[in-house]
Amino acid sequence: MYRTPEELQQTAHNLFEEYLPKIDALKNKDRIRIPVQEMPSQDPKERVCNLEEVAIGYTEEEARIEAMRCIQCPTQTCVRDCPVHINVPVFIDHVAHGKYQEAANVIKEASLLPAICGRVCPQETQCQKDCSVGKVFKTVDKSVSIGRLERFVADWERNTGVVQLPHVKPDTGKKVAVIGSGPAGLVVAADVRREGHSVTIFEAFHKLGGVMRYGIPEFRLPNNIIDQEIDSLRKMGVEFKTNFVVGRTRKLTDLLEKDGYDAAFVGTGAGLPLFMGIDGENLVGVFSANEYLTRANLMRAFDKKHADTPIYPSKIVAVLGGGNVAMDAARMSLRLGAEKVYVVYRRTQKEMPARKEEVEHAMEEGIEFRFLQNAKRILGDEKGRVRAIECLKYELGEPDQSGRRRPIPIEGSEFTIDVDTVIVAIGNGSNPLISQTTPEIKTNKWGNIIVDENQKTSMDRVYAGGDIVLGAATVILAMGEGRKAAAAINEMLAKDIETGESKKTVDVN
Amino acid sequence: MSKILYKEQLSENVFKMRLEAPLIAEERKAGQFIILQIDEEFGERIPLTIADADKEEGSITIIFQVVGLTTDELSRLNVGDNIPVLVGPLGNPTHIDKYGTVVCVGGGIGVAPLHPIAQAYKNAGNKVIIIIGARNKELIIMEEEMRKIADELIVCTDDGSYGRKALVTEPLKEICERNPKPDRAIAIGPPIMMKFCAETTRPYNVYTEVSLNTIMVDGTGMCGGCRVDVGGQIKFVCVDGPEFDAHKVDFDNMMARLTEFKDIEEEKHQCYLESLAEAKIIENEEGEEE
Repeated sequence: MYRTPEELQQTAHNLFEEYLPKIDALKNKDRIRIPVQEMPSQDPKERVCNLEEVAIGYTEEEARIEAMRCIQCPTQTCVRDCPVHINVPVFIDHVAHGKYQEAANVIKEASLLPAICGRVCPQETQCQKDCSVGKVFKTVDKSVSIGRLERFVADWERNTGVVQLPHVKPDTGKKVAVIGSGPAGLVVAADVRREGHSVTIFEAFHKLGGVMRYGIPEFRLPNNIIDQEIDSLRKMGVEFKTNFVVGRTRKLTDLLEKDGYDAAFVGTGAGLPLFMGIDGENLVGVFSANEYLTRANLMRAFDKKHADTPIYPSKIVAVLGGGNVAMDAARMSLRLGAEKVYVVYRRTQKEMPARKEEVEHAMEEGIEFRFLQNAKRILGDEKGRVRAIECLKYELGEPDQSGRRRPIPIEGSEFTIDVDTVIVAIGNGSNPLISQTTPEIKTNKWGNIIVDENQKTSMDRVYAGGDIVLGAATVILAMGEGRKAAAAINEMLAKDIETGESKKTVDVN
Repeated sequence: MSKILYKEQLSENVFKMRLEAPLIAEERKAGQFIILQIDEEFGERIPLTIADADKEEGSITIIFQVVGLTTDELSRLNVGDNIPVLVGPLGNPTHIDKYGTVVCVGGGIGVAPLHPIAQAYKNAGNKVIIIIGARNKELIIMEEEMRKIADELIVCTDDGSYGRKALVTEPLKEICERNPKPDRAIAIGPPIMMKFCAETTRPYNVYTEVSLNTIMVDGTGMCGGCRVDVGGQIKFVCVDGPEFDAHKVDFDNMMARLTEFKDIEEEKHQCYLESLAEAKIIENEEGEEE
């Protein structure tokens, strides 16, 4: 049930008054008794008409009370399960004591983009998954809200205007090319630049941020947050080249052999949206979630008055799929004026890969979930435009390889839903551009780049990470891979410098 | 950012521009295209085929027809103006080989992208027969350039105001009936023309390629807006094409998909024209006041 920010704030205020005086005398049983502080959010009725961020963020009192829930247990599964191993208990203790700058410093030892991760990480399957507090209640829902606290700290630092830049070592004379400005690429750029190597990020689009810009909507991750993180990199001396498609505008081998780059990182992300392979998928009014979201986000089609890029005028939308991208597409179509939005998913709510918070937000906003159903074909009118989807009902059978119960169609259960738009959000294949144009890089049968434990590809001095390696994954996993790749690149370049060995390069200038 | 180095109006709605783009000029091959945006913040991305390139000058040539908002805005830019977003070369280059006799068919503005391809076929040692067509004399472009390449050039117009009064499919059929028949054909032009070229060569079993220009956002294989049905499979024009086996393309579906945003696009273009007209009125009024 929706509770207003004011209600939540009042509850937190009362708890704060009660707990603050005894903050350093709190026993575990006292801490466990503090209720989880909900994330304050915009009123669902209002937010479906705007692009403003849905989750508003904790107040100081809410943050400190939530931080007091942490029992500082010795198991520290939160640190273990964080892909970049943030020292969670320490930063949380700082928050509880109101020492936000110290908290920020702890987070930034490990994570470069906390304002982003605090918003889009799937904490319930990572740091919060085995939290001792949650374990007491046998539900992850009662774990300490690490993600919300991370976001609070990052926002506090941004809003107080004292974002401290990481220290950059003196120039080494080594050059690294980072291909793609998504989460993996940004982390590589930062970590490599810190060691004093010069870094150029190549981005195919006119705007930076990759999937965080074109894919994740502003109501989940505002653009100004991405801008700020990129601005930090710029201040550290990272160079950016937009409208540059490595592989097409210039070959990867040319960057290394002719342009003097000593190493390259390929973080080109997911590509080729997958389709269901059902009849009617090429009808007018069927979109990949990638296309739909890119039009709305990157190309600003949400701003119908100013944007030249058109968006389909949908009244009734069916989104096929159950992941975060499906939630984003469904909620975006609502904000673009759809009167009715269905999410059609062939398993049940329990098996949905989307984050629980996103599903709950979508439900609050009035999106209708059709579980245990799946589109069998898309029906068109005489002009080749979508008019309905024919669905089949499903039931769950035995667990499959992924451990989730296999959905089985019920024969003869066909029925139709009238819709004018279908958004397919069932995942992505790999981006073919680098492998098409760089045969030296080995890929698997799905086109994902094959890397070793240090993210190194089959090509000398070339590393890769993020969705181009993992298939469709998450922002934080991409960052984790970027971090590993950067460490390996730094090590390789340090060795080069040590042995005085410099790669033979021909300067084209 | 790319500066406009040269601009020429070829006919009422057709323009030729040379744009500063040294990297694209160096890498591009026949058959590839670029994507541009007139406004970095709110502009739309449109794909345009590269008609020519000059490595020494570091420039590429585009030839485009005013069909909507962005092409209209583009046509109003002048030498010295900058295009904020220009990315490429995109798509796969045309596969050029020595096939024997190649018929190149260009309709309307499609003659522009056909030119470098015909040139490449010629350079590879093929006999090149070129058919160019348009609605009327005024809309025939690049006849001289094509004549330089062609072993045989046929010009036709729908209304007979120039060359032969015929659709391009008429001479194409005659050439297919020759003995020996041509070894390969390529057709670039409006979708409906490409569809009928495909139908013309099909009974003669002449392998025919078409270069498709579909709706596109990123142009690098991410959005899937450009997908077409080729032989029952989904193909992406930006990374699998832009050239495909004409006999396998579902043109009817492609043409329907091209109308996806037609109403909104027309509305936006109309708004733009009205705002221009309004600005003009205000300008005139201000002029009178002075």
